Amino acid sequence: MAGAKDAKGTIWVVAETNADGSLAKSSTEVATLARTLAEAAGASAAGIVIAADPKAAAAELAGYVARVVAVAEPKAAGYAWAQVAAQRAAAILASESPAVILTGAGPDGRDVAGTLSALLERPVLVNATAVAWKDGGPSVEMSVFGGKLITTSAFVDGEWGIVTVRPNVVTAEEAGSKGKVETQAPAGDLDLPLVKVVDQITEAAAALPIEEARVIVAGGRGVGGPDGFALVREIAAVLGGAVGATRAAVDSGWIPYNQQIGQTGKIVKPQLYLALGISGAIQHKVGMQTAGTIIGINRDPDAPIAEFADLVVVGDLFEVGKALLAELKSRA
Amino acid sequence: MPLRIVVLTKPVPDPAAAAERLGADGRLDRAASPAVINGNDEYTLEASLKLVEAHGGEVTLLSMAPPSGLETMRKGLAMGAHRGVLVTDPALAGSDQGSTIQVLAAALRGLEYDLVLAGFDTSDGVGGVVGAAIASLLKLPYLSSAAKIEPDPDAGTVRVRRISPTGFDLLEAPMPALIVGTQLLGEPRYPSLKGIMAARSKEVVTKSLADLELDAKVVGGAASRSKVTGTTKPPARGATTVVRGTPEEGAKAIADLLASRRLI
Ligand SMILES: Cc1cc2nc3c(=O)[nH]c(=O)nc-3n(C[C@H](O)[C@H](O)[C@H](O)COP(=O)(O)OP(=O)(O)OC[C@H]3O[C@@H](n4cnc5c(N)ncnc54)[C@H](O)[C@@H]3O)c2cc1C
Repeated sequence: MAGAKDAKGTIWVVAETNADGSLAKSSTEVATLARTLAEAAGASAAGIVIAADPKAAAAELAGYVARVVAVAEPKAAGYAWAQVAAQRAAAILASESPAVILTGAGPDGRDVAGTLSALLERPVLVNATAVAWKDGGPSVEMSVFGGKLITTSAFVDGEWGIVTVRPNVVTAEEAGSKGKVETQAPAGDLDLPLVKVVDQITEAAAALPIEEARVIVAGGRGVGGPDGFALVREIAAVLGGAVGATRAAVDSGWIPYNQQIGQTGKIVKPQLYLALGISGAIQHKVGMQTAGTIIGINRDPDAPIAEFADLVVVGDLFEVGKALLAELKSRA
Repeated sequence: MPLRIVVLTKPVPDPAAAAERLGADGRLDRAASPAVINGNDEYTLEASLKLVEAHGGEVTLLSMAPPSGLETMRKGLAMGAHRGVLVTDPALAGSDQGSTIQVLAAALRGLEYDLVLAGFDTSDGVGGVVGAAIASLLKLPYLSSAAKIEPDPDAGTVRVRRISPTGFDLLEAPMPALIVGTQLLGEPRYPSLKGIMAARSKEVVTKSLADLELDAKVVGGAASRSKVTGTTKPPARGATTVVRGTPEEGAKAIADLLASRRLI
């Protein structure tokens, strides 16, 4: 019976931080979800920040959930973060009664979720595209079969577990009031082997990360080379968007891997996806098919992208692209 | 010093065939969709083959799969892996990630290795949590999001370039270690004709739950701690408008659509 078994415990979030110590965008989304679920479950939401200096992120996280536990763990810097964080989080959670633990589904969130699942011996539901509260537990939607089907899953009766949440499926929204931050010193040994970070290499980053962009202008093999991406970048700049790419463009060395969208790249959900010289292969489609508006410029009217785009302009991408720049500038 | 590498490979429905569907039992209809090696596992397999080419050593494939997983494994053997271990048991149908983790960890306990490689995630599960969990269970150093793997067998250490939001972190750990790899490890090779012939006679050891001393009450479908409660179709996208004409007409169609949806 729905509502008969309300949450016994707390909805917990294990947060991630950015390099500058601020709260990761994915964690603002996950924390918003935690609060929404807590409201539905009649429970409370809480978060954990494990960092060498957790202050800034903990204060930010308190904008979303009622209670934040921050651990200043020197080893969170200088060692691969997720194992350190998961062990500290597991120690905190062992003395709490979680109703569910939420993390992001990005690289660090997965690492934390996997490690936590082993340490706490808890099941995981992955890559949630939506989570509701139903029958005393999370009801988790996932996109499967290349986006052809959505499954809803739950933990079996009496179990609680961990859920990883896909980026960009929740809109972050702060709570009306600020939560309380408790700072703890790290207690006890870290049993798992720690992995040293011996060097950090900063690479010229894209102006705007694709995961966070409202608008993505992407180029594929049809763009023809690194020079062709100049046009893609110019259109992105005019639309205030980020530049994405297919694996074909990445494999050709025209653009870095962190801008690849698709099965073995990133999954994005912008409001606008403008594809230049992209066929729309299934492995690319799975990374962008939930975009709000999809537009393709392709000289082949039979390219697969024509099966799922809102608009396909048939023509040479350089000619149409340049005309589009002129048109957009004339309307600005 | 030669390297012993175990590569976790999962047979998945071929995404390119796009024929996945559920059978009457609510599980994937495996007959309807041809299986291939999970794409991300091919990247780690390729990396492992290059490593043993450089350092000497052997590559063992490890899968938990239905008996048909043997066929998929043959392709990895044809690419150059030396042998395979297939964990298969009727009780494993419907396993959750927790079971997968337990089973693969148990199988690894029976193998000798310097490195275990896992793919970033699977195209059918998109979880990416199995590697971290196995590393924790086996107390192995865990190095993830690898763009490059550089073992130093004489020193007994391995370095990994881990993709970070701002570039790369260079990680170092003693071996044995578990590494999760990405597409940046490099494009997988195609099996050669010689490789395909050789694969037929390569050894694949099959293990049941009993062989691993695991109990079907604790792992497998009956022990699954999550369940699918329903399925729905995603909302259909609207019809596609196709515009042919001059570049200016095309550009105007795009700008009009953007304006009508308040995207400019
Ligand atoms: C395991 C695995 C994982 C993969 N993961 C990914 C992934 O994460 N992301 C991804 O994108 N792909 C991925 N792929 C690759 C995928 O299968 C496709 O090969 C790839 O997406 C194609 O990229 P493309 O559209 O740029 O190139 P193509 O398919 O070659 O398409 C180019 C398009 O450009 C058009 N074109 C060419 N010139 C012009 C012009 N001048 N003007 C207008 N149009 C033009 C052509 O008509 C064509 O439609 C993966 C494949 C495998 C096997």
